[in-house]
Amino acid sequence: MMKTLKQLALGFAVVLALAGTGAHAATTGIAWDKAPNKTNDLGALQNGAKLFVNYCLNCHSAAFMRYNRLRDIGLTEQQIKDNLLFATDKVGETMKASIDPKQAKDWFGANPPDLTVIARSRAGAGGSGADYLYTYLRTYYRDGTTATGWNNLAFPTVAMPHVLWELSGERKPLYEEKEEHGHKVAVFKGWQQVTPGTMTNLQYDQAMGDLVGYLQWMAEPAQNTRVRVGAWVLLFLLGLTFVAWRLNAAFWKDIK
Amino acid sequence: MAEFKEISPDAPAAARLMNWVDNRFPASKLYKEHMSEYYAPKNFNFWYVFGSLALLVLVIQIVTGIFLTMHYKPDAALAFGSVEYIMRDVPWGWLIRYMHSTGASAFFIVVYLHMFRGLLYGSYRKPRELIWIFGCAIFLALMAEAFMGYLLPWGQMSYWGAQVIVNLFAAIPFIGPDLALLIRGDYVVGDATLNRFFAFHVIAVPLVLLGLVVAHLIALHEVGSNNPDGVEIKAKKDAAGKPLDGIPFHPYYTVHDIFAVSVFLMIFSAIIFFAPEAGGYFLEYNNFIPADPLKTPLHIAPVWYFTPYYSMLRAITSEMMYALIACVLAGAVLGVLKAKIAALFKLVIVGAAVVLIGAMLMIDAKFWGVVVMGGAVIILFFLPWLDNSAAKSIRYRPTWHSWLYGIFVVNFLVLGYLGINPPSLINERVSQVGTLFYFGFFLLMPWWSRLGTFRPVPDRVTFAAH
Amino acid sequence: MTQASLNVPPGAPIDKDKRNWIVTTCAVGGAGVAAVAVPFVSTFQPSERAKAAGASVEVDISTMKPGEKLTVEWRGKPVWIVRRTPEQLAGLAKLDSQLADPKSQRKPGELTPEYARNENRSIKPEYFVAVGICTHLGCSPSDKFTPGAQPSLPDDWAGGFLCACHGSTFDIAGRVYKNKPAPDNLEVPPHMYLSDAKLLIGEDKKA
Repeated sequence: MMKTLKQLALGFAVVLALAGTGAHAATTGIAWDKAPNKTNDLGALQNGAKLFVNYCLNCHSAAFMRYNRLRDIGLTEQQIKDNLLFATDKVGETMKASIDPKQAKDWFGANPPDLTVIARSRAGAGGSGADYLYTYLRTYYRDGTTATGWNNLAFPTVAMPHVLWELSGERKPLYEEKEEHGHKVAVFKGWQQVTPGTMTNLQYDQAMGDLVGYLQWMAEPAQNTRVRVGAWVLLFLLGLTFVAWRLNAAFWKDIK
Repeated sequence: MAEFKEISPDAPAAARLMNWVDNRFPASKLYKEHMSEYYAPKNFNFWYVFGSLALLVLVIQIVTGIFLTMHYKPDAALAFGSVEYIMRDVPWGWLIRYMHSTGASAFFIVVYLHMFRGLLYGSYRKPRELIWIFGCAIFLALMAEAFMGYLLPWGQMSYWGAQVIVNLFAAIPFIGPDLALLIRGDYVVGDATLNRFFAFHVIAVPLVLLGLVVAHLIALHEVGSNNPDGVEIKAKKDAAGKPLDGIPFHPYYTVHDIFAVSVFLMIFSAIIFFAPEAGGYFLEYNNFIPADPLKTPLHIAPVWYFTPYYSMLRAITSEMMYALIACVLAGAVLGVLKAKIAALFKLVIVGAAVVLIGAMLMIDAKFWGVVVMGGAVIILFFLPWLDNSAAKSIRYRPTWHSWLYGIFVVNFLVLGYLGINPPSLINERVSQVGTLFYFGFFLLMPWWSRLGTFRPVPDRVTFAAH
Repeated sequence: MTQASLNVPPGAPIDKDKRNWIVTTCAVGGAGVAAVAVPFVSTFQPSERAKAAGASVEVDISTMKPGEKLTVEWRGKPVWIVRRTPEQLAGLAKLDSQLADPKSQRKPGELTPEYARNENRSIKPEYFVAVGICTHLGCSPSDKFTPGAQPSLPDDWAGGFLCACHGSTFDIAGRVYKNKPAPDNLEVPPHMYLSDAKLLIGEDKKA
């Protein structure tokens, strides 16, 4: 029996070791940066909500997100009505896009996807969905060969233009040559600012952190409650387990 | 027909009530037979909790499932949205959803461990074959239930997973394409498929599962449980006819199971509240994208609990067919030369082998992949008749038997891991070896289970007071 | 069940250790079960979608003429807004003796908010706001504003509403007449005036 357990443990170790090597899944873009964790920073989330409503909601919908749920990140209904309600007048409504889906398909080649749960759907071997989005929003560059004039290092040949270009300005990626497996490859080295935006690089990164934090929160608004309730549940179950353990011992002392 | 028992009118009210009931319904009799006077071996270990845990998870799935059905919409245009409705708009809906999704994976973890216990201690051997058969049927029903349930969220993985698996049925010669059409109710997986899978998942298969679980437990109670030493406790009884090594299920195993349930609930809750996606294994990332019949995701894989079998399916390529034909040939030769059966049966074996090899050469590898995948589950049903070991329990078998079991487990896990990953040459080769090992383990068991030096099996269980 | 343990003779003293742990487990377990039941029962509450659909309705009453009636939908029910004429208002007090509940004293919390517990059953005398559902079995009464004899109505009919299903009649303040199947006056929903031109149905000032 112990032998079997030892063998099982060995087996697990083998499988885990294999898992480690398998993690280098083939991604079509560059490696993802780690997104800052802002799901408990109400100020950042509110700023992210503002950016989202102003820049994204024109073409993208968030069809499962109600405006009045923004109360959970510290906004009052009046604040929501005054600052964030553009496409509708009822605060209980869901965030629908302004654009007509047929026109969007004509202009961009594809209907801009709904963003409600995008932070959950884009997770992968390279990191969390938030990591992907944080990288994506910060790796746009000018490219004359594409339809929109923009390209993206995390999502090459993406159909979406760089909506936030005024904030970030125009940038150009710089590459350096490296030897890998016996042949030369161009490896991304850094950015060159071609024309400035209204934000510095640091400010833009901060803003994108806020926006991605908002997207992460919007993908699962109950997440903070979930963790809080979970702590209490586990504490209670610890107590119940102790009591059940003593109950079991009280009866099994009879058995010789 | 039991005698109608009279009771004194001075007896306490509770006793009179019980008497009234017992005269009309075998309540006390059932309680005694299955709880307070049902004797279970006293030496159960950790491996023996998974049966009651499986029952607990079944109840959790049914209860959470009922509450989900109050809000879910089985319509291709509304399904994905209705799940997000449950997650956001229904008070505490997110908790019910996570309990159900975690419960589905927990069910398979518990059931795989429960089945492994059977393997370790020979719980399927005479006279417990029928318990094992009902159990295998439960396993099949569970896989059907999980597969159909997975279509319901109508995400990309739901849709394309269903599309691929239903297309497997189309690989069956002659009847395949019509069968697939019948299952889908349409030319591709669509609204018709969703609605019927909903009906199966919510009521039809759960009823079958409940019936099988009841049969499984009745068969168990008829014979009595096995134990880690493989000793039959009914062989040594005391003067009153109670097994010397047996203890009443209630209260000893009821309190034991309460403890096991508490520990299980801690692990279950930790996942639900802190990591419900479980790294994309319990809730797959791609499934947060609504189903798009025009766009296949780069990488489709079934949910983790199906991946070992999926690996075996993918391993059957046209090259592999030659290896399989060689195995059929070897099997037929061995059968003719070694088996102690009549010449007529040997002729039948030769004939069957010829027909089979002919079919294997003519029909696509795709079909045989389906056969192998199905066969991997069906072979479990035959385990009671494949195991010829002199000792039921691994404790009294030769040491190298435990090594073999260990390799079987590692092999199963490796096949599972390979099934999650995209196809590659290494993946293919390792799965092919793994598939051959899996089937070899079972098909050659009548021979290898007899080999080696067995330790003497005691006639009383080994037990240390605690 | 006291003999459930192994080899315990009937008259033996109770094992306190077992009993205490049984009681404790039942108490803790019971608390756990109650706690788990709460989220499940809560899923029965109206969802955010239901609450959003049941949100308050704004009505523009600036273009209403005396004698005109508007119908809007609130929480799936028809809500009537009637701009009453001075004659209709004057006639209200005279009807008290014919009415089942002239002072709206029955079920005040359910049917008549504080600001409508007056002769006119409204905030502003001119504008009457009521849920257009008969308090008998739920049909929607029809308008019978013209006074005088008419089929199904008495000769001295003063104007109001008639429910075709079982013949209940209500006056122009939604008060039910005596001896009719309907037991109660028409419900006045929570409402408030956002301005002279805008009426909000579904909320009132104290909310």
